[in-house]
Amino acid sequence: MSNNIQIDNSGRLRHFLTIEGLNRALLTEILDTAESFAAVGEQTVKKVPLLRGKTIVNLFFEPSTRTRTTFELAAKRLSADVLNINVSTSSATKGETLLDTLRNLEAMHCDMFIVRHSESGAAHFIASHVAPHVSVINAGDGRHAHPTQAMLDMFTLRRHKPDFGRLCVAIVGDIMHSRVARAQIHALTTLGVAEVRVIAPKTLLPAQIESLGVHVYHDLRAGLRGVDVIMTLRLQHERMLGAMLPSEREYFHLYGLTEEKLAYAKPDVIVMHPGPINRGVEIDSRVADGGHSVILQQVTHGIALRMAIMTLAMRSGKEE
Amino acid sequence: MRIIIKNGRVIDPAHGIDKVQDVYVADGRIVALGKKPDGFSADLSIDARNRIVCPGLVDLSAHLREPGAEHKATIASETRAAAAAGITTLCCPPDTDPVTDTPAVVELIRRRAEQAGLAHVIPLGALTRALAGNELSEMAALQRAGCAGLSNARRPISNTLVLRRAMEYAATYGITVFLHAEDSALANGGCAHEGAVATRLGLPGIPESAETVALARDLVLIEQTGVRAHFCRLSSARAVRMIARARHDGLNVTADASAHHLYLTEMDIGHFNSQCHVLPPLRTLRDRDGLRQGLGDGTLAAVCSDHQPHESDAKLAPFTETEPGISALETLLPLTLRLADEKVLSLSDALAHLTCNPARILGLDAGTLETGQAADICIFDPECYWTLSADTLVSRGHNTPFLGWELKGRVTHTLLNGKVIYEFNNTSRLG
Repeated sequence: MSNNIQIDNSGRLRHFLTIEGLNRALLTEILDTAESFAAVGEQTVKKVPLLRGKTIVNLFFEPSTRTRTTFELAAKRLSADVLNINVSTSSATKGETLLDTLRNLEAMHCDMFIVRHSESGAAHFIASHVAPHVSVINAGDGRHAHPTQAMLDMFTLRRHKPDFGRLCVAIVGDIMHSRVARAQIHALTTLGVAEVRVIAPKTLLPAQIESLGVHVYHDLRAGLRGVDVIMTLRLQHERMLGAMLPSEREYFHLYGLTEEKLAYAKPDVIVMHPGPINRGVEIDSRVADGGHSVILQQVTHGIALRMAIMTLAMRSGKEE
Repeated sequence: MRIIIKNGRVIDPAHGIDKVQDVYVADGRIVALGKKPDGFSADLSIDARNRIVCPGLVDLSAHLREPGAEHKATIASETRAAAAAGITTLCCPPDTDPVTDTPAVVELIRRRAEQAGLAHVIPLGALTRALAGNELSEMAALQRAGCAGLSNARRPISNTLVLRRAMEYAATYGITVFLHAEDSALANGGCAHEGAVATRLGLPGIPESAETVALARDLVLIEQTGVRAHFCRLSSARAVRMIARARHDGLNVTADASAHHLYLTEMDIGHFNSQCHVLPPLRTLRDRDGLRQGLGDGTLAAVCSDHQPHESDAKLAPFTETEPGISALETLLPLTLRLADEKVLSLSDALAHLTCNPARILGLDAGTLETGQAADICIFDPECYWTLSADTLVSRGHNTPFLGWELKGRVTHTLLNGKVIYEFNNTSRLG
């Protein structure tokens, strides 16, 4: 199973599964396309007819509100028909295999699957088994990838700090379990960001994370020194069960982003977070709601970015 | 039935024989090498010119899926695959359903194998009842029923006291225990080597220490209890060094590696190739080289197939949800021969790792071409190149990452108890 199932014969996006293996030109094209869609949301008529007559399925094997909603909105603004299927409450519990679920939906002539699944590699698996006319967009698979989230982060970042070659970015928190962090790292390094740092205790860092091209810090203050961008990650409560952290209180004390710690970064630093936020765990409310925060812009940009991905993937192989 | 195998290069590693000569078989036994016995007249003559004649292969670990998982494979289907692969003795682990923890299950396996008549099937009995790791199985009864040893399969005994007692009890009766070195808490339900690839793909990792921590514990208990022990399917270079040290210190331990761990690494998972989902996981290039070195210096005494046939659905899911294991009988010989081509081992040593060494570990009178021995013989064309494809696989499991590989060395005949049970008939490809 090659990574290149994402790309069609003419080098265009066919599926969007992971940032890894996509080149800078393609990522830039995604960002530029998203830029052209950003205005749509501000018009009184928030629709363009690009995907009229197409059926898009939100196939969610794991609960999600924000991601699913923005995908749905994005599809509707492109005039597509949208079907929301929450599989954790339907066929999976009746013993139907993933492949059977897929075949059934395909039989209904859908054009695109937006997939979220709790297992790493699920989107690759689905993409390598769908009919040739169907595109698959990864909306998060296990700990592996969440490429649309990473790209909307890049979109937000570019609007604030377009000169990527001079940026130093710090990703803070649970890197180990984070598909967002993995996708962000690939996006940042592919787009030529000067330095990417990860900051976490050893229990929340996967083995040989340096091999992805990042610098590792365990001390938040040292890691934030001189950075232009801070990408905070959500700390999932269930991770506490694995004895990975002693307590939320200690985590906040050491890794929670407060105004005091923010002062170590550059004065014009921006703070990002993929949401949902745990106030007082990974981020202090004064920072989340403060002047450096661009968290709500990320949500807004999510729609334009997802419109861009859908349009680009639908275009693939269809103009030949 | 009297058979003469003519003009083959006879390699019998147990006796240091490597010579072109004839092999004479009568009444199921080898009656002579080289010199024709008085009054011998053959009913069948096999031309083995340019072929290698060696003892039938002995595989230390093959899951035959019966009883319990007949939808994957059966003793009949897999012994047929073994025959096509030149394997005449198969040792099957006790994680059947029901578990091989009573003489009745041993008897069932023995009978099914006899009915098929295509290989000697030697079960390992369960070391603990139901493999649950709490109570000892009836070890002496299992031994009497024909188990070559006892094992807890892939279910590590986490209670160290139970393991100690099991080893002590086995040692009392001179039973060999076959151990799978894994600390389940450290393995933590992972499915790939904890390293760069698992990190990139977001797969839950199994650290090297899951193997070495368990190995260290087991070695201490082996020393204390004096049990004869064999470690199955090691996966890391550090584990090989630990075995080498233990053997140097005089411990009665042996170990093996599976053929796929000698070729593949974590990198072969690529983008979630579920055919490379195996346990223990494929590790780094350094580990693979450490295993190869262990074979070369004798620390690892055998290469096993770790055969695990699956129905196709078992591999059709996201990587973590697929079942681990490779259908591996039919690649065992060609992959091991390739180690000789790659100068990891001499040809004779490579064959020793597939014949007399595993037989010795199992305490069996097999794996040699000694006169008087049962005529279990493998004849292969060492220069025949062939490509592994799903259509030519005999095993019911087509789950192998080696599909499409060009392999060298093709079994042309397999004899079991002096009877030709397999003959490769596509002569046009043999040249």
